[in-house]
Amino acid sequence: MDRPNPLRPGLLVGFGVAIVFAAIVPHLVSDFTSFQFTQAMAYGIALLGLNILTGYNGQFSIGHSAFYAVGAYTAAILLYHFGWNHYATLPVAALVAFVVGFLFGLPALRLEGLYLALATFAFAVATPQLLKFDAFEHWTGGVQGLFVPKPEPLIEGLSADQSLYYVTLAIMAFLMAVAWCLLRSRSGRAIMAIRDNPIAASTMGINTALYKTTTFGISAMYTGIAGALSVFVTEFVAPDAFNFFLAVNLLVGSVVGGIVSIPGVIFGGLFLVFVPNFAQDISRAYPFVPPPWAIFGIFLILAIYFVPFGVWGAVERALAWWKRKSAA
Amino acid sequence: MDLFLQLTLAGLAIGSIYSCVALAVVMIYQATDHFNFAQGEMAMFSTYVAWTLVGLGAPVWLAFLLAVGISFLAGVIIERVIVKPVENAPVLNQIIVFIGLLVIFNAVAGWIWEFTIKPFPSLFPEDLGFKSTLIGPHHLGVIALTLGVLALVFAFFRFTRVGLAMRAAAANPDSARLVGVSVGWMLALGWGLAASIGAVGGILVAPIVYLEPNMMAGVLLYGFAGALLGGVSSPGGAVLGGLVVGVLENWVGQYVPGGSELKLTFALILIVGVLVFKPAGLFGRVVVRRV
Repeated sequence: MDRPNPLRPGLLVGFGVAIVFAAIVPHLVSDFTSFQFTQAMAYGIALLGLNILTGYNGQFSIGHSAFYAVGAYTAAILLYHFGWNHYATLPVAALVAFVVGFLFGLPALRLEGLYLALATFAFAVATPQLLKFDAFEHWTGGVQGLFVPKPEPLIEGLSADQSLYYVTLAIMAFLMAVAWCLLRSRSGRAIMAIRDNPIAASTMGINTALYKTTTFGISAMYTGIAGALSVFVTEFVAPDAFNFFLAVNLLVGSVVGGIVSIPGVIFGGLFLVFVPNFAQDISRAYPFVPPPWAIFGIFLILAIYFVPFGVWGAVERALAWWKRKSAA
Repeated sequence: MDLFLQLTLAGLAIGSIYSCVALAVVMIYQATDHFNFAQGEMAMFSTYVAWTLVGLGAPVWLAFLLAVGISFLAGVIIERVIVKPVENAPVLNQIIVFIGLLVIFNAVAGWIWEFTIKPFPSLFPEDLGFKSTLIGPHHLGVIALTLGVLALVFAFFRFTRVGLAMRAAAANPDSARLVGVSVGWMLALGWGLAASIGAVGGILVAPIVYLEPNMMAGVLLYGFAGALLGGVSSPGGAVLGGLVVGVLENWVGQYVPGGSELKLTFALILIVGVLVFKPAGLFGRVVVRRV
């Protein structure tokens, strides 16, 4: 088939610059800032999962904190109780999250839009309580959670934070590439066709049930990997870190970056790490400014009013405008 | 046997609070096809307003009525100002606006009133003139008051012109507009009513769970479960669903091992179970879609 090569020179140059920039960042900033960037990238991977599900497949989830928790706890339990190597826990966390997501996707099949949002909402609200449950306490550490060590630097001369930064960067780049290939493939077109018109999609021979549950699983897998990476970064897990507000956070990041985009997750992740601190500073400095979470909520609503396509959507629109203008 | 009866009656009392929340959810669902995820936090905020009024020296009943009235106005304003711009937007955008509202109410309540747990006075006297070991005065009052509120709501929709107009606006907005019903304002009125009913639920549940910004998370989840169980297209069903969920919650807490610690998980199982096996609920209309 004759298709234009999607890897346009402009795109390649853009990626090249981004990767070179990302590679030198840890040497320009402090360890703490590298740590924050690593956290932002972990969020970015989770947002990627949410974007694939919501932006491209049209299934809502306001419960992705639950899958994040699944990944995080899988990694933490393997590290704490079995003394596994950090990076060996990642595939297992991915697999467990995929299975949980796939299973949750089965009832989700019968649930459209709003009902799915409701079921995932319930899942997110119930998660901390499940993690605290007595019967699992031996494994999960109950309310206290589990403490795990930070991974050792892979290359001599790098600090633990710098090493983790590079590993996370590589994983994120890989997962973004996988998502990009997936969404450009035949399966990707099926995924989007289901979002745009499920009935038409099924009459064209797409197995909507299989695609929807698998997409749910893949989305949960991405988010689970992100959860596991976040454990390496923060060095502990506790039930209340995975409450409903984490789910809200993920939704905010997704919307800010652009929910129907892949590169947007980088902006979403950075937003989630740096803007709350900024909001906190403002609300500490001025007593009449509402608390950070309220600012977050206001930001969310304003973003939906004015830029529902997110940062990356805005970039794309600007590029399209510029192209039209230079062509004319 | 006494324990069983006690559990059941207390379940009915807490269930009638879930019914209020379920009814508020169903009212907005009927009018707009959406669940208001901020319903619980709005009710929590109303309860804080009542608490502040009591603190200022208002009798508890006056505080209750004022808070319900303020909630009505607030509901109308929220619909007109915040929800209206996304009226025709995709579902996701609307859900995100509701989540934004939820977060704002939660954070602002914590900011104004702090996150410490506060006792909230009961609307009902300690001494009702008779003693019962089966049910406390507050629980009995809750059942009576919610039944009264529900009867009022029913009468409003059944016997008043405005109620009829609201039903028309929800059932068929285009035709309602043609006969002169202001659909937009009916929606706002629906939000106002839902906020008031939610406020009743919040004020009634506060003496049981204590007042704090996160007090409604569980109640909202059970309200959703009740609404789904009864059927989201049936207000009467939602009320009954709320009662059933309240009783079931108490039974599970007592008789199922680990049940008391996993109450939210029970709500999750209930919600997913209803959605999978009987998506229309017990009394809802089954929606048939033509291709």
